[in-house]
Amino acid sequence: MATLTARVAKRRSSARFWTVRRRDYLVGYLLITPQLVGSLLFVLLPLALVGWFSLNEWNVLAGTFEYVGLDNYAKLVADQQLRDSLSATAIFSAGLVVLNLTLALLLAVLLNQKLRGTVVFRALFFSPVLVSLVAWTIVWQFLLQPSGGINALFGGGPNWLRNSGTAMLSVIVVQVIKNVGLNMVLFLAALQGVPKQLYEAAQLDGAGAWTRFRRITLPMISPTVLLTSIITVVGSLQVFAQIAVLTQGGPGTSTTVLVYYLYQQAFPFHHFGYGATISVLLFLIVGALTLLQWRMRRKWVFLET
Amino acid sequence: MRALIPTVALLTLVTACGGGGQQAAQPSGPATLRMSIWTANEDHLKLFNEIASGYTKAKVSFESIPIESYTTTLTTQIAGGKAPDLAWILEGSAPDFVSSGALAPLKSKIENTGELVPAATRLWEKDGELYAYPFSTSPFGVFVNTDLLREAGQKVPEKGWTWQEAMTAASAVAKKGKAGLVVGDWDYKNWTNLASLWNGWGAKAWSDDGVTCGFNQPAMVEAMTFLHKSIFTDKALPGPGTTVDFYAGDAAMVITQISRASLLKDAAFDWTLMPLPNGPAGEYSVIGQAGIGVVKKSPQADLATDFLGYFTNSENSAKLARFFPPARSSLLNVDTLAKSNPLLKPDQLQSVVVDGIAKGVVKPNHKGQEELIQTARAALDPMWQPGADVKTVLDGVCAKIQPLLGS
Repeated sequence: MATLTARVAKRRSSARFWTVRRRDYLVGYLLITPQLVGSLLFVLLPLALVGWFSLNEWNVLAGTFEYVGLDNYAKLVADQQLRDSLSATAIFSAGLVVLNLTLALLLAVLLNQKLRGTVVFRALFFSPVLVSLVAWTIVWQFLLQPSGGINALFGGGPNWLRNSGTAMLSVIVVQVIKNVGLNMVLFLAALQGVPKQLYEAAQLDGAGAWTRFRRITLPMISPTVLLTSIITVVGSLQVFAQIAVLTQGGPGTSTTVLVYYLYQQAFPFHHFGYGATISVLLFLIVGALTLLQWRMRRKWVFLET
Repeated sequence: MRALIPTVALLTLVTACGGGGQQAAQPSGPATLRMSIWTANEDHLKLFNEIASGYTKAKVSFESIPIESYTTTLTTQIAGGKAPDLAWILEGSAPDFVSSGALAPLKSKIENTGELVPAATRLWEKDGELYAYPFSTSPFGVFVNTDLLREAGQKVPEKGWTWQEAMTAASAVAKKGKAGLVVGDWDYKNWTNLASLWNGWGAKAWSDDGVTCGFNQPAMVEAMTFLHKSIFTDKALPGPGTTVDFYAGDAAMVITQISRASLLKDAAFDWTLMPLPNGPAGEYSVIGQAGIGVVKKSPQADLATDFLGYFTNSENSAKLARFFPPARSSLLNVDTLAKSNPLLKPDQLQSVVVDGIAKGVVKPNHKGQEELIQTARAALDPMWQPGADVKTVLDGVCAKIQPLLGS
């Protein structure tokens, strides 16, 4: 009898602990555990470590790891090459965003017409997105050689990748053609979501094609414009493989963008601490830009779903 | 707060797992040594495995890393605590590796160090101790496609030829449509390979003590002016950004190390090997080197050093000589080399290899090599256009690299 009472009491207490809410919590935590562990291990932990490395000088070969306080940050301020890399990055990002978004929108508008063969063209423009980035870049490296396909097509031309005036432009264009299809598809989806009656109403009011585009299309797809611009800007700050394959930062340092400079400092030059410091700077820049764009959405995003 | 508790628990778990993983990595059973190498050539690997199979104290695995990213990968492995026990080391990285204390001392375990040629060991020594074994000391020479030269109405070069003659012949071939002279592995980027040319003028990238920039010295200006004219006026060298394959018969000449002779095994053209042409400063030779070092941090460093002693003893050095010219004077003669280099004639071996190693200078090397190479590469880029002002560009190179040399 005594054991029975004890058993019931135990069951009751455990029943009290495992309330419905607690069970839900447990299931919830179990479900997010894989994602949480992944994020902790591969995102948050490295992020924290980079912050810690940036306060140290790590000589890999000698095996020394010395706390240097803010020395690496002082070096950032004085580093002329860093300033050059920042301006190279700005040129690359600006060029990429403007070209990519304009071209993507233009293609989307063109391919949104009810014409025969648009599906083929849509697939054609999207296909580079699916190609391996490095394979794509290597093929372009051959095309851009002085005696390569591009110059053969135009019957001569500059040494695209070795001329400081054209190297950056080449890298931008190679990247735009690679990724324009992705933004194009996003724009296409947005365009097809614009209610037809708005255009009909505008047409009845006598609005021309340009006015309809400016007054209806653009405001209606503005959330997509915001999204694509954020993706493209953040993506452009991370450009690495294209630079590593096409120019290795040259000629001179004209295409040494921030991520490539970071890589050079950390890996080939063995300045892990300083490389980590540049990573922190990159993190802050990406964070600030994303924040700015989200703030600005109130001003220029008309319709948000 | 509720969310915080499982987070902390997870972190603890992760840390615990990490610790356990490290312990599990301790070796058990028969010892295994890992050696990083940059060749992936099947014949090379076969030979290494053959030699290693005769070593009874441990198994050895050879791990190929592509040469373009070799040093970067190796140092990243060291940083990540996954360093190999032994590693090949490129001559350019020698000062960084030897001075940093990353390598274990070797002298006591290497057989008969007295017979190692001083020109070959200099780079790998510090305070009388040897930190890497110079297992390959490969002189630069010029492979010449004699078919292309004849077609362009040029004579086949003879010993004692000059840079002027070489460029004239190259220019004549280029006029016929094929490429002239290729500086191997340079590609207008890795300028240390240009040492094979500018040493003919007595030029140096920096002073022997490594403190003063040599790019704007008169000898270098003269050598680079000659090179610039050869590229852009005489078209004797393929221009920047052009890929040319000598071994496929697309160029008249290539400056490279003799170990590349194996690529000519199935060549569909007649070729010969010449020593580097003479420059205004006379006869000279440039050698490329590779050392094998033992990573000091390795828990099996003693065993690895013991294996290195075995791998490089006289008997095995003779076997390795088939691909990698040895630094042991007893093996450095035409008879030994001829046995292992069937593609090369005795007089080629004598003039390029034996004489070359004896009087050779190594390519430029310095502490902080990679940063110096990249900085000078960026500063040299304006040179590779028609009409560049050679002296101004070279002054610019010194302005950029002098602070790195001084530090």
